[in-house]
Amino acid sequence: MTLAKFNFRTAMLLGSILIGASPALAETVLHRGNAGEPQTLDQAHTSINIEEFILKDLYEGLTIYDAAGKIVPGAAESWDLSDDGLVYTFKLRANANWSDGSPVTAGDFVFSLQRVEDPKTAAGYANILFPIKNAEKVNKGELPVDQLGLKAVDEKTLEITLERPTPFFLELLAHQTALPVSKASVEKNGADFVKPGVMVSNGAYKLVAHTPNDSLTTEKNASYWDAANVKIDKVIFYPIDDQAASVRRFEAKEMDLAYNFSADQLERLRAAHGEQVHVSPTLATYYYAFDTRQEPYSDVRVRRALSMAVDRDFLAKEIYSGSQLPSYSMVPPGMASYGDPSKADFADKSQLDREDEALKLMKEAGYGEGGKPLDIEIRYNTNPNHERVATAVADMWKNTFGAKVSLVNLDVSSHYAYLQEGGKFNVARAGWVADYADAENFLALSLSANKTFNYGHFENPEFDALMKKSYEEIDPTVRSKLLHEAEALLMKEQPIAPFLTQADLWLVSDRVKGWQDNAVNAHLSRFLSVSE
Amino acid sequence: MISFVLRRLASAVPTLFIVVTISFFLMRFAPGGPFNLERPLPPQTMANLMATYHLDQPLWSQYVSYIGNAVTGDFGPSYVYKDNTVAELIGKGLPYSMELGFYALLLALVGGVLAGTIAALRQNSALDFLIMSVSTMGVTVPNFVVGPVLTLIFAITLSWLPAGSWGDGSLRFLILPMIALALPQLAVFARLTRGSMIEALHTDHIRTARAYGLPARTVVITHAMRAALLPVVSYLAPAAAALLTGSAVVETIFTIPGVGRYFVLGAINRDYTLVMGTVVLIAIFVIVFNLLVDILYGLLDPRVRHD
Repeated sequence: MTLAKFNFRTAMLLGSILIGASPALAETVLHRGNAGEPQTLDQAHTSINIEEFILKDLYEGLTIYDAAGKIVPGAAESWDLSDDGLVYTFKLRANANWSDGSPVTAGDFVFSLQRVEDPKTAAGYANILFPIKNAEKVNKGELPVDQLGLKAVDEKTLEITLERPTPFFLELLAHQTALPVSKASVEKNGADFVKPGVMVSNGAYKLVAHTPNDSLTTEKNASYWDAANVKIDKVIFYPIDDQAASVRRFEAKEMDLAYNFSADQLERLRAAHGEQVHVSPTLATYYYAFDTRQEPYSDVRVRRALSMAVDRDFLAKEIYSGSQLPSYSMVPPGMASYGDPSKADFADKSQLDREDEALKLMKEAGYGEGGKPLDIEIRYNTNPNHERVATAVADMWKNTFGAKVSLVNLDVSSHYAYLQEGGKFNVARAGWVADYADAENFLALSLSANKTFNYGHFENPEFDALMKKSYEEIDPTVRSKLLHEAEALLMKEQPIAPFLTQADLWLVSDRVKGWQDNAVNAHLSRFLSVSE
Repeated sequence: MISFVLRRLASAVPTLFIVVTISFFLMRFAPGGPFNLERPLPPQTMANLMATYHLDQPLWSQYVSYIGNAVTGDFGPSYVYKDNTVAELIGKGLPYSMELGFYALLLALVGGVLAGTIAALRQNSALDFLIMSVSTMGVTVPNFVVGPVLTLIFAITLSWLPAGSWGDGSLRFLILPMIALALPQLAVFARLTRGSMIEALHTDHIRTARAYGLPARTVVITHAMRAALLPVVSYLAPAAAALLTGSAVVETIFTIPGVGRYFVLGAINRDYTLVMGTVVLIAIFVIVFNLLVDILYGLLDPRVRHD
C-alpha cells in the first residue's frame, strides 16, 4: 500500500518535472475563426479575405504586412528602384525555401505572376498587377505571357519592369494574388497543387488537412527561413459564415480568434469580454452613389443637399453601435502614404447647420416642398444592416425635404450586376474595401473612364485630369497633393456620398499575444503566440 | 414485385430529366451570375472567366453540354468553390449529412412513435397533454431557435458539449445538432402516431382481439401498431429525404461540413452547377425513398399489393 502510494507520488513528481522542464514538448495550437469557407486556395483565383488569412500564413510574397500593418520585406530581403521609377530589382532571401526543402527562386515568381496574367488562368484579381509592363495586354490575350515585364536575373534576383511609375507597387505585391506558387509543384500536379499533402508552400506554415466547411489545419513549416521565430506550432482555421455561431464558439472557448460579428452584439460582448473585443477601423468606405445621368441628381446642389441631410453620427452610433465610424471622405483615414483625407466642406459643421444649408440648396435647385416633387428610390443589396441604414436615410430625407422615398433591395449578385451593367437608378448603396493601401484605389472609382465601378457615371474632366497627373507623378509628396486635390473636388461634387468608415470586428482571446489592430487587417499567425 | 421496382426506376429517369431541365433554366432567369460579386470584376477578368467556364456560349448549347456531361456523372466544376468539382463537394459533404441525418431520423422515428403511442394509450391524461404540448412546440419552434438555445445551455453555460464542428465525429459533437435536426420531425411522428393509434385502437379487429382476452401488450404492439404505422411510414419518405440530404440551417448553426448548405449557398452565389448538383441529389433521394416506402407499405398493409 505504502509502496503503491510512493510510486504514485514519484510518478507525479517525475511527470511534473518533465513537463516543467520541457515546455517545448507541448504543442501550441491557435484556433482561428474565419468568416467562412475559402472558395479557393489558389492565389490566381482568390478574391476574399477569408482566403487571404489562410494563404498569407501558407505563402510569403516579396513584401508582407507586419503585425502593425506596415509593409516590410517578405521573401525578398531587399529591393532597389531605378531613378525613373520603372524597374524594381528584388533580392530574394538566400535561405527562402519551399516546404519541400527546395529553394524559392526568381523563376518561381516569374512563373507565378505570368500564371496570374495568362488569360487562360482567368485570375479574378489579374488587374491588380496591371502596373507590371504589358500585363494588361497579356491578360487580354494581345501579347504572349513571356512579354510580361519580369526577368529572373539569377536564381535569387528578380527584376520587375513597370508600365509606369506606381508608387503603391510594393503594396500590390503584398496582395494575396502576388503570392508565389512553386513552379515545380504546379507543373507536376496541375490544379491539384492546392490540396493537402500535395501543396508546397513557402510561408511560415504548411497545409496538412482540409475538410471543407469544418476546418483547415496548418502546421509550422520547418523549411521557412524564419522558422526559429514562429511560436505557434499548429493553426486551425474554422470557417464559420454564421456570425452568431462564430461568437458562440468563441464564448465556448473553442476558438481563440473570431472574425466579424454582428454589430448589435458589440455592447453585450464588450460587457462580457472587455479587452478581448477589438473594433479596428479598416480601409473600407460605405457610400451611396447618385445617378448623375439623370435629373435631379445631375444637379450638384441636389447631391450636396441630400448628402448633407444624412446624419452620419446617427448611422454610426445607433445602427452600427459604434462599430463603424462617421465618414465625410471617400478615402478612409489610416493610409500611411496619404495621411488625412480631404473631407467634404460640410464635415466640420453641426448636423443642424448642415440641414439648414441642405434645405437652402434644395430650394435653389427647385425641388422639395414648394418646388418640384422629390421622388427618390434607394437601391441596396439585401442585408439587415443595409436595410436599417436605408430606412434611416429615407427618414432623414423625408423629414428634411418632404421627399417621397422608396426602398428597393436585391441580393448582392443582382444588385451589383444591375449597377455594373449601367442600369439606371436614383441612389444606390455601395461599399469599397481597399485592395491595397493607396488613395488611388478609392479615387479611381469615380474616373469617367471607369465603366464598371463608376456606377453613377460621374463625369468631371477636371477630376480626370488631376488623377491623370497623379499617375504620371513620381514624387510621393507631389502625388499625394494631387490626389488630395482630386478628392477635395470629388467631395465638393458629391457624386458619391460617403457615410461610414467600416471597421473590422475581432474577438481576440486573452491567450493570444502579439495581436495589433491595423487598418489593412493583416494578422499573420507567425507574429502571434499563445499562452496556456 | 421486381417488375414494379423496375417500372418505378424507369419512370424516375424522365422525372429527373424534367427536374434538371426546369432547374437549369429557372436558375438562369435569376439576375446576376456566379461572378457578380459585391466587389465587381473588371470587364476583362469577367470575359476571361466566362470563357473559361463556357458561360459565354448560347444557353441552349450550355444546356446540351450540361446534360451530356451529367449523364456520364460529370456535374462540372463549382464556379464559386473553384478548387473543387460539384461531385467532389457533394462527395465530401454527403457522408457527414447522411450520418447526422440517419441518427436524427432514428431519434425522430423511435422517439416520435414511442411518445405518440404512450399519448394514445393514455389519451386525455396529463401525460398525453404534456407530450402533445411538447410536440406542438417541436413543430412550431424553428431549429434556428432550438439550435442556438441548446448551445447556449449545454456548450456555453454548462460546457458539457461542443458548440459546433464535426470534431472527430464522436457522439458528443453530434448530440446537439442531432436533437435540433430531429425535434421537428419527432414532433410530427408523435402526432401522426397518436392520431392513427387512437383510431386503430377503436377498430373492430382490435376490439375482437381484446374480447378474445389477448394480453394488452400483444394487442398494441402486434395488432394496433401495424395499422397505426401506415401514416407514419408514408411520412417517412419525405422526412428521410430531407434529413439525409442535410439541413442548411442546422449545418450552419453547428458548422457541420455537410451538403445541406450547398443548396442555399449555391443559389445565393449563383453557383449554377452546384445548385444543379444538389437538386439532382435531393431528387434522387426523394425518388428512392418514395419507392422504398411504397414497398414497405405493401408489407405492412395487406390491402396494398404491387403486382
